[in-house]
Amino acid sequence: MTLLLALITGLFYAAGIYLILRRSLVKVIFGIMFLGHAANMLIFSTGRLTKGAPAFVPEGAQALAEPFADPLPQALILTAIVIGFGLQAFAIVLFRRSFEELGTDDVDAMRTTDRIEGGDA
Amino acid sequence: MRNPPLLALIITGFAVSAAAPYLYRLLKARFVWFGAAFPLTLFTVFMLRYPQVASGVPVRERWSWVPSLGLDLSFVLDGLSLTFVMLVTLIGAAVFLYASVYLRHYEEADRFFGFIGMFMTSMLGVVLADNMLLLFLFWELTSISSFLLIGFNHHVPSSRASALKALLVTGAGGLALLAGMLLLGNVTGSFELSSLYAMNDLIISHRLYPAIVALILVGAFTKSAQFPFHFWLPDAMAAPSPVSAYLHSATMVKAGIYLIARFNHEIGGTVLWQDTILVAGATTMIFAGLLSYRQNDLKRLLAYSTLSVLGTLVMLLGIGSKLAIKAFFIYLIAHSLYKGTLFLVAGTLDHETGTRDVGKLGGLFRAMPVTAVTAALASFSMMGVIPLIGFIGKETLYKAVLDVQPWGMLLIVLAVASSAFLVVVTLLVGFRPFLGKPRPELQKVHEAPIAMLVGPFILAISGLLLGLFPDFFVGRLLEESAVSILSQRLGIEIELWHGFNLVLLLSFVTLLAGVGLYLLRPFVLSRMEPLHLPGLVKPSIWYEEALAGMLRFATWLTSALQNGDLRRYLAVIILSALIPASLMLFSSGGFSVTLPADLSVTPYEVALALIIVLATALLLTSDSRLKAIVSMGVLGFGVGMIFIIYGAPDVALTTFAIETLNVILFVLVLAHLPKFTSRSRTTGRIRDGLIAASAGIFMTLTVLQVTSTALSSRLKEYFASASLPDGHGRNVVNVILVDFRAFDTLGEITVLAIAAIGVFALLKLRTGKTD
Amino acid sequence: MHSLILSTSSRYLLVLLQLFSVFLLLRGHNEPGGGFAGGLVAAAAYALYFIANGVTEARRVFRFEPLTVVVAGLGVALASTLPSILGGMEFMQSVWVNTGIPVIGKVGTPLLFDVGVYLLVLGITLKIIFSLAGEDEP
Repeated sequence: MTLLLALITGLFYAAGIYLILRRSLVKVIFGIMFLGHAANMLIFSTGRLTKGAPAFVPEGAQALAEPFADPLPQALILTAIVIGFGLQAFAIVLFRRSFEELGTDDVDAMRTTDRIEGGDA
Repeated sequence: MRNPPLLALIITGFAVSAAAPYLYRLLKARFVWFGAAFPLTLFTVFMLRYPQVASGVPVRERWSWVPSLGLDLSFVLDGLSLTFVMLVTLIGAAVFLYASVYLRHYEEADRFFGFIGMFMTSMLGVVLADNMLLLFLFWELTSISSFLLIGFNHHVPSSRASALKALLVTGAGGLALLAGMLLLGNVTGSFELSSLYAMNDLIISHRLYPAIVALILVGAFTKSAQFPFHFWLPDAMAAPSPVSAYLHSATMVKAGIYLIARFNHEIGGTVLWQDTILVAGATTMIFAGLLSYRQNDLKRLLAYSTLSVLGTLVMLLGIGSKLAIKAFFIYLIAHSLYKGTLFLVAGTLDHETGTRDVGKLGGLFRAMPVTAVTAALASFSMMGVIPLIGFIGKETLYKAVLDVQPWGMLLIVLAVASSAFLVVVTLLVGFRPFLGKPRPELQKVHEAPIAMLVGPFILAISGLLLGLFPDFFVGRLLEESAVSILSQRLGIEIELWHGFNLVLLLSFVTLLAGVGLYLLRPFVLSRMEPLHLPGLVKPSIWYEEALAGMLRFATWLTSALQNGDLRRYLAVIILSALIPASLMLFSSGGFSVTLPADLSVTPYEVALALIIVLATALLLTSDSRLKAIVSMGVLGFGVGMIFIIYGAPDVALTTFAIETLNVILFVLVLAHLPKFTSRSRTTGRIRDGLIAASAGIFMTLTVLQVTSTALSSRLKEYFASASLPDGHGRNVVNVILVDFRAFDTLGEITVLAIAAIGVFALLKLRTGKTD
Repeated sequence: MHSLILSTSSRYLLVLLQLFSVFLLLRGHNEPGGGFAGGLVAAAAYALYFIANGVTEARRVFRFEPLTVVVAGLGVALASTLPSILGGMEFMQSVWVNTGIPVIGKVGTPLLFDVGVYLLVLGITLKIIFSLAGEDEP
């Protein structure tokens, strides 16, 4: 399964990078989501996989015994997911506002956004 | 009374310099006396150490500063240092006194004294520092104060350009010097010059030795304006005359020479070191002499003659014999005294007549008798006329050069020729303005105020006194300086008169040749008028081209990289991360792909992977917004399933919640989403696809590479065993989040809060258009 | 997309999901759950209610301004660090008190911290949902 995960990680990175290079801002947001998944998968798979053994101390025991999944990458991913969500949500709001203001979602058409103060953009 | 530590003197120097501008504004006219008192006090305090230094025991001090960098506040005051200290403080006194009158009508005269005080203190630091890094620090401070002083008339564009030129050249040299010092520190394991003293063998046999020599000499040559770095010095004449007198003839430009002398024992003694210095010095000496011939501006004449003398001094260090060191020492002192004087005289002439063109000056003896006498004394010293110190300097120079084998004959010709050019300069600067008939346009000129006369006059008289009683004044210092440079005493007395011999004959030849050249000058110059040197041979043109080229390159690079195209930025960032990273991966691991040992998969894992791949493919090719959102959701749930399978229920739970909310968010903006359209051209798609695919392949390989080795994490074990006893929780992931690594989580939720404020701000932000 | 069934059921679901989210939060220290998951589930509950009844109604039911909840969450999280500071311990070192109450058991600063996380995640999610719904004029 490590091989499969490695391939999926690569796929996510490729899809994410391809999408953030698009002109449509919606696609860019999808790309950001892909990159989020990709990074999480990267941390998860390089943290080594342990099937079906979550890191919970069983009742009656004082410590966990092998095999169990490494809790640290999980904790990192958990915060990363939530931060990623905050970022995506912010990006969506930003996208919506810029679309309202500029009337376009084409990144290439936004080169002149600096001139918005001038009024004729 | 105990002598104050050297460090205290340096600190006091900087403190007084910082206060000087305020004092100038406060004291106004009375500042004159304070200004001179400051360097004189320093001079006196340093002279208290003279008996100790003269008896052959250098003063050493050391305070720890940044031990981890090998940077200590360590100072040494030996014969060589003390010689420079005396020059810096004595000429400093003359210059402070002079400048406080000279600059009275300048608007920003107050800050001038801050700058020049900073320079003086830094210069003292350069010659006192024993730690190389500390020396470098002061070295750069002198470059900066030189920059500030050259650009003192900052409203004049050419003045700013000259200042920048000097800063860039000496600054680049400073970097080379630092690199050389770091190499030296690496080779020897110490940054203390005194501890390098016994390591000469180790250093010169090291394979980095040529690099060390090259780097340190670049530093020294830029500072002391040796060919081909000489061009900044004539331009530095944009500074007010007291600055030219002080920094650009008497002291700062000698810092490079001091450096060569100081390092001579440590890294010198080899053919590479001696010959490089010798050739650079001799080249500078003769070329600067030739170039001085066609100058008409008082200060530029003096600047080129300074270059020539600097070359001579470097050449003498290159010769490196006992006699050469003696000549070096005397010539150094003589030059500082007479050249400082002549620059101040040039400043006085400029101040009183309003011109520095030698062609427009003449017959001023009556109007300015004191200045004329001062100029004559200094000029005689510079020409090498008995009984001034310059005479001894020139005699010893010739004697040292004649001893050189096998190039002595060539060098003596060069030395005599360049000395003859010095004679021409003195005739032009020191005599011509005062002799001849009084000119009608200079009728109203009168003598300068007394404060501008005292300094130069005392310097000029010193040249006479030193010439008459050389051994009494500087004999001990010469012996001790020789210890610093050659690590042996010379055992030579300095005498004025050596009898009638070849050297004396050469002195006469020099004078005659100088006078001859002077008389021929109008004729030669009229012939040379149409001649122009091609730019190729002018280092100043190289500098300008390099500077302009750098700006062109920066403009090109900026417009190439920062053209406002967001996608190109991204592509550049991705590629510049990807390419070096993949080079590293392939160079360390080779092209081999390590497959995981366990290749077994269950059917549901394959199915899950297929779902994810399909969702991705659907999203990438989708032309419908809804389809894309659904695919994204499916994909997210697929990822969540992976987390469930591999023992991460918390992560999975969060993923599911987030994916749900994500879908909601997208549905909310769906009404506002524009339709998906294909905007890019096919070539663009292929290019981006290639970038993306290589990044993906790279990441896959990275994962495989990383997972091919076993992970040894002590944290895993620690968290597993400490979670319940210390964290009172059975869910280790949660305990990590809220207890063990709660600080991280706190940071993270702070970021989230900032994102919330960002959303709030975005909604508040209304540009004129929508309202 | 107003649906009477959805609208009615959402009222009950809101309560149920709220309870579930608090349950997730409280048991998070020992079982799957915790402040992140709990906060997100709570937010999802209001999101569901909003889809069924519209944003004005959802805002009314939620009663608080989401940004205030964000600030409160951050405040609670910071407050949980106070015992460690006042007690002169390492920053954010946990402090536990045994209440002796059967179900709750030991109470400690990490739990308080998790409550802060819960509130903050709930607040920011609702803030974004409400703003995208377009009637967010504080």
